[in-house]
Amino acid sequence: MELHDVWFVLIAVLWTGYFFLEGFDFGVGILTKLLARDRVEKRVLINTIGPVWDGNEVWLLTAGGATFAAFPEWYATLFSGFYLPLLLILVCLIVRGVAFEYRAKRPEEDWQRNWETAIFWTSLLPAFLWGVAFGNIVRGVKIDKDFEYVGNLGDLLNPYALLGGLVTLTLFTFHGAVFTGLKTVGDIRARARRLALQVGVLTAVLALAFLLWTQVDNGDGKSLVALVVAVAALLAALGATAAGREGWAFALSGVTIVAAVAMLFLSLFPNVMPSSLNEDWSLTVTNASSSPYTLKIMTWCAGIATPIVLLYQSWTYWVFRKRIGTQHIADAAH
Amino acid sequence: MDLALAPETLARWQFGITTVYHFLFVPLTISLAALTAGLQTAWVRTEKEKYLRATKFWGKLFLINIAMGVVTGIVQEFQFGMNWSDYSRFVGDIFGAPLAFEALIAFFFESTFIGLWIFGWDKLPKRIHLACIWMVSIGTILSSYFILAANSWMQHPVGYRINKAKGRAELTDFWQVLTQNTALAQAFHTLSASFLTGGAFMVGIAAFHLFRKKHISVMKSSLRLGLITVTIAGLLTAVSGDTLGKVMFKQQPMKMAAAEALWDGQDSAPFSIFAYGDVSKGHNSVELSVPGILSFLADDDFSSYVPGINDTNKAEQEKYGPGDYRPNIPVAFWAFRWMIGFGMASFAIGLVGLWLTRKKFMLAQHLRVGDDEVPNLVLFRNKALSPKLGRLYWLVAIWTMGFPLIANSWGWIFTETGRQPWVVYGVLQTRHAVSPGVSQWEVLTSMIVFTSLYAILAVIEVKLLVKYVKAGPPELTEADLNPPTKIGGDTRDADKPMAFSY
Repeated sequence: MELHDVWFVLIAVLWTGYFFLEGFDFGVGILTKLLARDRVEKRVLINTIGPVWDGNEVWLLTAGGATFAAFPEWYATLFSGFYLPLLLILVCLIVRGVAFEYRAKRPEEDWQRNWETAIFWTSLLPAFLWGVAFGNIVRGVKIDKDFEYVGNLGDLLNPYALLGGLVTLTLFTFHGAVFTGLKTVGDIRARARRLALQVGVLTAVLALAFLLWTQVDNGDGKSLVALVVAVAALLAALGATAAGREGWAFALSGVTIVAAVAMLFLSLFPNVMPSSLNEDWSLTVTNASSSPYTLKIMTWCAGIATPIVLLYQSWTYWVFRKRIGTQHIADAAH
Repeated sequence: MDLALAPETLARWQFGITTVYHFLFVPLTISLAALTAGLQTAWVRTEKEKYLRATKFWGKLFLINIAMGVVTGIVQEFQFGMNWSDYSRFVGDIFGAPLAFEALIAFFFESTFIGLWIFGWDKLPKRIHLACIWMVSIGTILSSYFILAANSWMQHPVGYRINKAKGRAELTDFWQVLTQNTALAQAFHTLSASFLTGGAFMVGIAAFHLFRKKHISVMKSSLRLGLITVTIAGLLTAVSGDTLGKVMFKQQPMKMAAAEALWDGQDSAPFSIFAYGDVSKGHNSVELSVPGILSFLADDDFSSYVPGINDTNKAEQEKYGPGDYRPNIPVAFWAFRWMIGFGMASFAIGLVGLWLTRKKFMLAQHLRVGDDEVPNLVLFRNKALSPKLGRLYWLVAIWTMGFPLIANSWGWIFTETGRQPWVVYGVLQTRHAVSPGVSQWEVLTSMIVFTSLYAILAVIEVKLLVKYVKAGPPELTEADLNPPTKIGGDTRDADKPMAFSY
């Protein structure tokens, strides 16, 4: 395995980490509208992710930075090509971060309600758009011989990619509902489980369709294994939710995300961004990657830093392991 | 195509707007993290309640500020790919590495521990909770170092070679990129300016309360801390600015000639206090200057030869081929002056304040005050400022909190526009760096979107800051004074509300 293959795997790991972690906090953001009955319940939901959403989001920044460093051509083509959807995602992430921090900082009804609306939409839109983006990456887009994206916005909104968007949207909502079941106490916990079952069934149907479509178009033996794991884990997560095994349900919905992302990356390899115009114009791990020297330094850095990051992020989850219920939300706004 | 709206121009404006805006929050975040950590350390060590109240007060302002710093930073990470894809392709091999290091080492650190600090008051024992804010502070400083090393490489590329076959620059020595003198000088200068910014912020707000005789004990400690920070950081900013200036005279003579509007090279070059030049004719029509100073700034010698704009332009034409290698001279000239002027004004105000509010040194007995009284502003041993002048000092001290922000912004505008037409000095010109596939209206859309979003958020943020500044330090609760002894919080009362919740 050469270094650029290692980095292909590492980029996949970073995106997996991002979708696993931010996946549930996007889901929780969406649930503020679907699940919470009143403001206190909204706050219960928001506070289950309060201490961790920012750290979760760094997985995206790291995936971006690592792509820049390890595959500059991929970084350049992807972000200049998917310009407007990315702009929308960035706007969402900006508003979302501010919304979490500022919502409780004023007592006025309008102020709080507006930020709550913002949290819902800015969780929902990126959850959908990331799926559209990855759908397009796997499917291939119009890339010319200079590695420039020459398609337009409409090209990105094709049925396959839109289905991908619905899959990430429902999968993250399911993941978030399972997480809520695991992290809350009281009435909201039971309702989160019920909602998880409903969303989970919908997710299973959409995910199966999307992954099969991927398998038929771009798959091989390895991606088939990932597909089977993803679907089996999703069904098992549904079973665990129904049986009230919340820890297992969350672990399994996590496995679903890991396997689904793995499948997308397996069906990409050795391409990183295939061209739909001409196979020779596809960006690959070889023609898009940095020099071996840069990759070597990066490998050292990632090799040392990633385990440490995992260690202290896990510790954070342990510190905030207590379930949250309406009784834990103080009246006074801070 | 209308030149004023060329994608390059738009992309540059967008980068300028988003970066200057982002950098309003960065220096405050860096310095307030450390200052809050310092106050919390004082609380843990002395158990004096005023320090905990100060920690909570400044910590709250710090959080309102860092939220904006974090979210506007996301744009910075992606806009290279969006608007500057040819730049990214050409330098990604080198420039990407410090960005990835920054994310892996600093961002994770900062964002994870900030969560622990915000929500950890009733979940972590006192000392571990304190360690978290120090981790945040270390994270902010590490982060700034990596990004400044990346920027320094654009100012003075080292440790690379050009790979002609691949049409890109490739890294050959990462250590050199991280430790070249440009990076060291720039980090030294930026970090000291950051502390000048946070110190002045503290001075301004403390002065606001003391002027109205409110929250005296907390604000008096804050004022002293702020004044000391401003004085030390101000001095270091001047020293590091001088160092960085000397480095720049060697590495980018054009930028420094432009900073002085020195058209023709000369011995004993003067420092102009005011100049009005005619760019097309290549000389100044009006000028007020002090001889020899520029030579000294460049080379520690009042009589050294300093090359001018016209000579440097000619030299660069010979080296890099035909073209105009002059940056926007009036912008460079005035940005340089506003940077120094506003930065040093706040330094001076801090230094004067430190003297006026001294506790004992050269201070007559009757002018000393108790812990709960507003300090007298004392000029000489026996002579306090007249009420009119005293009032003026407090007002000036309040205003000073804006000065370093202005200075920082002009500093970046100076160093970035002064490097033009290069994006990587001597290696890649800005016009070759933009995304060829991104249309004019796409860049325009994103510029309008970011600018209006940032404007709205600025209004919201400032209003929120004002609200919390006016509210003053919070009263302490039972829970504040009895932090948990176990990680994860005490289990005595399972239904106890959280100390902090969103």
